[in-house]
Amino acid sequence: MSTGAKGLQQRQNFGVAQVILFLSIAVLVIVVAVPVLLILFNAFWVDGHFNLADVIKVISEPDTYQALINSLIISAGTTIGSTIVGTFFAWLVTRTDLPYKGFMKAMFLVPFMLPSFIGAMAWKMLLSPRAGFINRFFMRDLGFDGPIFNIYSYAGIILVEIMYLFPFVFIQVCGALERMDPTLEESARISGAGLFTITRKITIPLVLPSILSGALLIMLYSMAHFGTVAVLGIENGIFNIPTLIYQRIHQSAGSFASIRTGTVLATVLVITAAFIIWLQGKILTRGHYQIIAGKSFRPMELKLRALKAPLFIFCLAYIAFTIVLPTVVIFLVGGLKTYGLPFTWENLSLNNYKFILFDYKLTKDAIWNSVTLGFSAAVITMFAGVMISYVIVKMKVRGKGILEFLGMLPFSVPGSVIALGVILAWSGKYGVNLYNTVWIILVAYIARYMAFSLRANSAALEQVHDSLMEAARVCGASMWQTLRDIVLPLVKPGMIAAFFLIFLPSLRELTVSIMLYSPTTRTIGVAIYTLNEDGETVMSAALAGIALILIVVGQTLINRFTARKGAK
Amino acid sequence: MEEIIKIEGIVKNYGKHKVHDGLDLSVQKGECFTLLGPSGCGKTVLLRLIAGFEQPDAGKISIGDTVVTDPANGVNFSPDSRGIGMVFQDYAVWPHMTVFDNVTYPLKLAGTSKDEMAARGMETIEMVGMKGLDKRLPSELSGGQQQRVALARALIAKPSLMLLDEPLTNLDANLREEMRFEIKELQRKLDITVLYITHDQEVALALSDRIAIMDDRGKIRQIGSPWDIFESPADPFVFSFMGIANFLPVKRSGGDYVVGNGAQVVNWKKPADNSSDWVAGFRPSDVEITHGGEGLRGTIKRASFLGATMDYLVDIDGAHLRTSVETHEALAKDLMFKDGEGCVISFHNLLWFDAESLKGIEKQLEGKGARA
Repeated sequence: MSTGAKGLQQRQNFGVAQVILFLSIAVLVIVVAVPVLLILFNAFWVDGHFNLADVIKVISEPDTYQALINSLIISAGTTIGSTIVGTFFAWLVTRTDLPYKGFMKAMFLVPFMLPSFIGAMAWKMLLSPRAGFINRFFMRDLGFDGPIFNIYSYAGIILVEIMYLFPFVFIQVCGALERMDPTLEESARISGAGLFTITRKITIPLVLPSILSGALLIMLYSMAHFGTVAVLGIENGIFNIPTLIYQRIHQSAGSFASIRTGTVLATVLVITAAFIIWLQGKILTRGHYQIIAGKSFRPMELKLRALKAPLFIFCLAYIAFTIVLPTVVIFLVGGLKTYGLPFTWENLSLNNYKFILFDYKLTKDAIWNSVTLGFSAAVITMFAGVMISYVIVKMKVRGKGILEFLGMLPFSVPGSVIALGVILAWSGKYGVNLYNTVWIILVAYIARYMAFSLRANSAALEQVHDSLMEAARVCGASMWQTLRDIVLPLVKPGMIAAFFLIFLPSLRELTVSIMLYSPTTRTIGVAIYTLNEDGETVMSAALAGIALILIVVGQTLINRFTARKGAK
Repeated sequence: MEEIIKIEGIVKNYGKHKVHDGLDLSVQKGECFTLLGPSGCGKTVLLRLIAGFEQPDAGKISIGDTVVTDPANGVNFSPDSRGIGMVFQDYAVWPHMTVFDNVTYPLKLAGTSKDEMAARGMETIEMVGMKGLDKRLPSELSGGQQQRVALARALIAKPSLMLLDEPLTNLDANLREEMRFEIKELQRKLDITVLYITHDQEVALALSDRIAIMDDRGKIRQIGSPWDIFESPADPFVFSFMGIANFLPVKRSGGDYVVGNGAQVVNWKKPADNSSDWVAGFRPSDVEITHGGEGLRGTIKRASFLGATMDYLVDIDGAHLRTSVETHEALAKDLMFKDGEGCVISFHNLLWFDAESLKGIEKQLEGKGARA
């Protein structure tokens, strides 16, 4: 360089850009596009030609039809219930003088962390018709003739789902209420409107887009939700779409008819999900009023007066009943010698926990599998995600919109659909057979969590201005050296965030792994679920307790880590 | 003189939008050459074409003796192989590296030994006035200091050519003034060629050996020394770009040149050829307004008190011009006019432009606040 302009050597960085582009497309096509396309192909392509009549025939079979209806009933009930609960609590913690609002807000977000199938198991222990602790207490000690509540019912499933899904609405509405310009309400007040009128005529219409968007998110989640229905519904023959797909695939070990049913049901799920996401996008763009500004205001607070104490007690009771009680039950049952014994000191010990951590091969393997799978999936997805984000954010190539679409697709494709697609793609039909190995779960995890990684990494890359890379190029760095010395160090926080966003959820994953596991490749979620199904309730509860500890500790560590980063 | 950059027939399109259509330009070795033009005129695109961040659709660019871009023959040197230094508008200092690491990065890539790197790094850091700050991170530096780091980084490999893309725009006014002299001094001391891009005519005048004025269609209107450009602008565009400009329409009538639709003769040396429609261009400071005496008779259409100055819009036989007088001077010399009052206008300096050449720059004029 010091020789200046004379004697320049032509150097073209042909290669690196092309390699990155090619790899990005290859990863997304193989991991995401092929499985999803195979589902559509298998659903509509029968005996070598397009066949819609057969699709309708499959849907109109009594079992499949019933599963569709059940999915609708459960998701409708869950959505309505969660929206009411979420909006009410959001209003309480942002707009009233309820005491300890900060603590309440934190507690209402706890269900986000807890896997709902573990919650469902806890409620099964509490409210199953004959053995449930609460029902038994009422029948034996209070002389009731029958159980006061049967958790194995639509109502039971819906109530449990509400407990774990309402934070989706809660968090959205809290955000909107906090960002709303209080002068809008104040001017209505000056005009003589009472608080009730203001809430009804001004506040609610302004936050309606947030409420609806949160509600649609819950509907999407609930339609495709496996865990709660699997734990509480199968007993009474209540199947929704994901549980029916699981049951068919599981029972028939991959027969043609079951795969057909599975793919048709999966297609219904995909179409519904696409519709819900489209609707949500429409509501969000239409509801993007300027009035809800980006900055925080100090909103006016409603004085609860006489209602203050009752509402406060109600909130505490809700938290105690829906969050503390199930968690305590899981840990207590996990400590029992045998399921069914009363909770006395003689019957409780830490032996189960010791046993599943150190001696029981099934659970030891499951923990090992989940940790290694989660770690590998997180590392692979983190690196693949940074590469694909680089193409999407920084490279000027045609067709990168397709990459973006493929990368974000798994956000709208439910886990059971991904699992089914992965089975279709990797069961030896196309030369590679990963079925019954741990690799098929890894591939599915990568597909499922790619969108998380793309989000985190894209956000980080947007912060890296193009001129930072160009400056390196004129300093004499090749494209590869620029990536190594400038881009990667600068997006490291995004990559670390992506890692944890994948590693933690994969520790509690059930929907995907339950479809793909073999006796030697159980994950923590699968082990908890199958132990519970096999009647090993205490072992199942003990493992669930350990999973909860892992999740809470992990989440706390991340929060610490990100909070410190943010403060810097 | 030896050419260091030679640009021949560059064509660059973005979709249907033509940024450059057959542009030629050359920069001599050792000079400080400024490309001056309004924002969006394509000057940054030209710089990026020279640096190799963009490829032209046609044309040829040479740096020194080497053709670095020539799409017709498949020649395209990557930015890292062009041997240039560059300073960006937003500094582009790497936030995760210390001042020293930022500055010595080009040497590290070139495989320079640790000792030499330390010595040259410190020398360059000192040269840009950042001594003692080598261990700082960019987040601990002010904008001006960050730009000095960027300057040092571009200089350390001793490139024979340095490209600067509006490097002073993001700095505050005082710092901008100080930095432009420093850049000029470094350029002289190190005997490097500088190609400087800016929309700020003051910076261009202060820095440059030569200036090229580019219009908003990417066409070069005039190339010359700062003095040439300022005193003998080639056309109304250049004239108005270099400062507030008035244009007074003038018609040939016999051997004389009269203002607007009246019969008052402009008392100034005559234009070079004898077309019939002309404009007389002048700056507000070239206008003298009085109550009587020699000059063009007009009426005050609007008198505005702007604090330090009095601003007058004058009508001369249907043609308008704007001038201002400092308020204290207006008071001392009894030059406070009222709306509708008569006045006499004379000129210290005046330039003739063909009326045709005024067309198409109206938009530019509006932006500058001048009236024809």
